[in-house]
Amino acid sequence: MSTTLLLLADGRFPAGGHAHSGGLEAAVTAGRVRDLDDLDAFLRGRLATVGLVSAAFAAAACAGGDIHTLEAGLDARTLSPALRKASRAQGRALLRAGRTLWTLPTAERELHHPVALGVVAAAAGLTPAEAALTAAYGTVTGPASAAVRLLGLDPYATHALVARLAPDCDAVAARAATVDDLPACSAPLLDIGAETHATWEVRLFAS
Amino acid sequence: MKATARITAVAEAGRTRLVTLRSETPLLVRKTGPSRADGEVEVHLVGGAAGPLGGDRLRIEVAVGPGARLCVRTVAASLALPGPRRAERASRQSPGDAQSTLDIHATVAAGGSLRWLPEPLIAAKGCDHVSRSLVDLESDASLTWREEVVCGRHGEDPGDASLESTVRLAGRTIMRQDVSVGPRAAGWAGPAVLGGGRATGTLLVVDPLWTEKPPEAAVLGPGAARMPLAGGPAAIAQAVGGDLREVRAALDRAFA
Amino acid sequence: MHPEAHTHPDPHPARNATGARALRIGIGGPVGSGKTALVAALCRTLAADLRLAVVTNDIYTTEDADFLLRNGVLPADRIRAVETGCCPHTAIRDDISANLDACEDLEADLGPLDLVLVESGGDNLTATFSKGLVDRQIFVVDVAGGDKVPRKGGPGVTTADLLVVNKTDLAPLVGADLSVMARDARARRGDLPTVFLSLVEDPAATPVADWVRGLTKE
Repeated sequence: MSTTLLLLADGRFPAGGHAHSGGLEAAVTAGRVRDLDDLDAFLRGRLATVGLVSAAFAAAACAGGDIHTLEAGLDARTLSPALRKASRAQGRALLRAGRTLWTLPTAERELHHPVALGVVAAAAGLTPAEAALTAAYGTVTGPASAAVRLLGLDPYATHALVARLAPDCDAVAARAATVDDLPACSAPLLDIGAETHATWEVRLFAS
Repeated sequence: MKATARITAVAEAGRTRLVTLRSETPLLVRKTGPSRADGEVEVHLVGGAAGPLGGDRLRIEVAVGPGARLCVRTVAASLALPGPRRAERASRQSPGDAQSTLDIHATVAAGGSLRWLPEPLIAAKGCDHVSRSLVDLESDASLTWREEVVCGRHGEDPGDASLESTVRLAGRTIMRQDVSVGPRAAGWAGPAVLGGGRATGTLLVVDPLWTEKPPEAAVLGPGAARMPLAGGPAAIAQAVGGDLREVRAALDRAFA
Repeated sequence: MHPEAHTHPDPHPARNATGARALRIGIGGPVGSGKTALVAALCRTLAADLRLAVVTNDIYTTEDADFLLRNGVLPADRIRAVETGCCPHTAIRDDISANLDACEDLEADLGPLDLVLVESGGDNLTATFSKGLVDRQIFVVDVAGGDKVPRKGGPGVTTADLLVVNKTDLAPLVGADLSVMARDARARRGDLPTVFLSLVEDPAATPVADWVRGLTKE
């Protein structure tokens, strides 16, 4: 546990996160998320799928895994082209920030967000387990923060929900940092919702 | 129960011939119907018993040779059920034994074509089932691959079921996804995953003709989309619906 | 790892004499003050002699694009919309990454540009652009918002490189005293320039366009 970890996981870290809802905007508009209970179920499903995959790839990248192999792995696991685009946009923003703060071992301008996170975490001196935790935490806090803005949910209640999810988040990160085969857990409605979202004329969030 | 079925199709003089049709209860393979005009041969898997049941280890091997064209269907949905109580008890000593598994390995050689269009898997209450599919395509092979899962029989909560799929083209993985439903899959019924839907499915199409340009992304309805894959001449339709009919209808019109 | 151990690459390379990148001007101000109309006027006036593009942070629709297309002589590929996740001020001040990406992509796709106008989403008097995103910023207020707006101050009014008091044609209708606004602006802003504008009377936004032209020649 270190200050650097807190810095990288901070929602105010300037890496473009505020403009992404992690699929929540699409779910809200489709009427699938209306209140705190819906958000709870949304976050649990997201953490168990995208969260685990992101955390595992972040850990693998942090451990020095081959960037191009990991990129291809995430391409194969991200069915929605809108989600691939969103992941790369966030990875690009993170690399921009990371490159300013630390020395990155790659000149790549754009990577999938989990890979970028692993690369930046390693450059910052963090461990693969910490990279996984940052990724898992981000998959939960991003949509939670978007929910406060989109649904006007009570910020205390929303943070209480995130606090209740903390043990699950820790467990996902721990599992992600130890798996041999990179997971591929799919959340069909996140893919389908992302494609729907991409067709809208007016979007408040980039994804 | 442990069983392996094997289907091997080769092209001979412009026609597809089945050189291997190996059945083993409960996986019975039957050639059905005459060859189509395009030379495609169709076989059906005929369920020889209920199941898969907990503890079953099933395996299907499909090989499509260069230029051969094969379509594989099943006559009915498979119903994943918990194992016999004796196996359940034994599994408490060695967890995992009560799980049923279906491993499918398919290879399609250059110029070959495989259409894998089985009926869905129904995850009955209490089941613990994993279907693993691995498809290896040589470059210039064509594939249509459908996977569907229904969450429980009518009015029933599902057991645990996972569909794990890997599709490789010329040795590179172009599609990899695991769909899990049931009590062990956190949030599976929630708005990020199935949103209360009782059925979900995918239809993957790999077509060498799309090398220049796969079909564009399209929203097919409130719970369905067609998406071009990143790694090859391929697109996948994915659907979530209240029942299988809804899912199948969306998948059927994805590439129509 | 010690951050001191290496030199820090600038995340957004500075504009230099050889024109390594376009001049970036932020245009901010409260909702309805006329930012989009000003951007359209500037495009119309400047497009003939400057290679320019626009990044918009507002809720941006095909209608807005059509508005700029019709009024601004600006093809659609010269306009990028940035989603701000309901936080327009965050996107121009606290986390500028999406705007930087948009600026860089415009230059990468269109070739060298002279000027990129970054229009903020309508916000309040406290929203300003980060110096990491833009080289200069214009803050637009309008007389219909009341003649006490300059007196209220706030970082936009106080620190913007140019303050535009817009819709002066409405002053008699809303009982706004332009001389009071001018006096208050001077008090708040010291030597920083303020211009009064009516796009009804001056559709070319002449004083603002002249100010921008002057910057591109620096």
